[in-house]
Amino acid sequence: MDTNGLIETLAADSRQPAPSLSSVWWGAAGLAVALAAIVFFATLGLRPDFATAAETPRFLMKFVVTITLAVSAFGLARALSRPGEAWRKVLPDLAAAPAITVMAVVGEVFLLPPDVWAARMIGKNSMVCLTYVPLIGIGPLAIFVLVLRHGAPTSPARAGAVAGLLAGGIAATFYAAQCTDDSPLFVATWYPIAIAGLAFIGAAAADRFARW
Amino acid sequence: MNGGNEEELAQLMRAAIAGDERAYSEFLRRTASLVRLFAERRIVQRAIDPEDIVQETLLAIHTKRHTWRDDAPIKPWVYAIARYKLVDAFRHRGRRLEIDIDEIAESFAGPESEILSDREVGRALEALAPGQRSVVAAISVEGRSIGEAARSLGMSEAAVRVALHRGLTAIAKRFRRD
Repeated sequence: MDTNGLIETLAADSRQPAPSLSSVWWGAAGLAVALAAIVFFATLGLRPDFATAAETPRFLMKFVVTITLAVSAFGLARALSRPGEAWRKVLPDLAAAPAITVMAVVGEVFLLPPDVWAARMIGKNSMVCLTYVPLIGIGPLAIFVLVLRHGAPTSPARAGAVAGLLAGGIAATFYAAQCTDDSPLFVATWYPIAIAGLAFIGAAAADRFARW
Repeated sequence: MNGGNEEELAQLMRAAIAGDERAYSEFLRRTASLVRLFAERRIVQRAIDPEDIVQETLLAIHTKRHTWRDDAPIKPWVYAIARYKLVDAFRHRGRRLEIDIDEIAESFAGPESEILSDREVGRALEALAPGQRSVVAAISVEGRSIGEAARSLGMSEAAVRVALHRGLTAIAKRFRRD
């Protein structure tokens, strides 16, 4: 087939292009949050003292961190799913959630006496955290890998890793509503491990399924 | 042949997405020369045929045209797709071709028509289901219009369009590499 023949053939295929990528991303985000909510309420559910906890700064800080992560990863994942997009410009946004976490940890270290640091860091729910954040996040991650497949990531593994951070941010936001370990020391230790697991799975999955 | 300026190219693509077939083939023609130049500059010793990169890039542009934001510059989008296809081709074909140096020398010396029929896209065409292959071949190789192809194959125009679309999608899929 020569190139002119190919051009005429492509031009003749004048069907409407697939739905725009940004509408697909927003739809997928809605679907992912709904799916995470279903899994969360079917398995863990809110902690019994949710209303009282909602008035404590440590509890609220968890949501600031996880929602910041989800929002920044959403922007970066969208940029990475389009060829030629200036994704490096939004890359620094991804540092916001870790930066907030570090500040919260510094504050916590000043507030608490050194002899309770270790206990707060280890907490009581580390295994629950490491189990349920990936469990709640895996469905959303699958949705986002499908979106990447619909898009055109020029670095599928990198885009998949960021999709994992996005799924992790969503999952951790739900998980945080159940977990009673509110210390930033706990959050800074266990949440990143659980979320990194999803990022790793996302990178491997997208490298396999989002090539084009 | 610099493919025209950025704004003209973007205009053509906007018209194409709105359904203007002639604008689309003009867009693809200009894009082809941009990509040809891009590929020729980067491929040394003709380890890969630059025209293969042109064709794979055009196919990818076609199947992924919904990933262009119509308010974004279009050339960076085109070049990013071309680069992705080029890197992919180097990774998957470079190794194989290194071994078959004799074969390259042969095809290098061979007549142009032989090289043309041997394109990767042409080979992908051969692998299509018979129904899709006859439709895609009627339009791409024999240069027929949708209407002519429908008459000569005894199909409705709608069926030809569907077969064409599926055939092109299947060809593009063959270039998704694991």
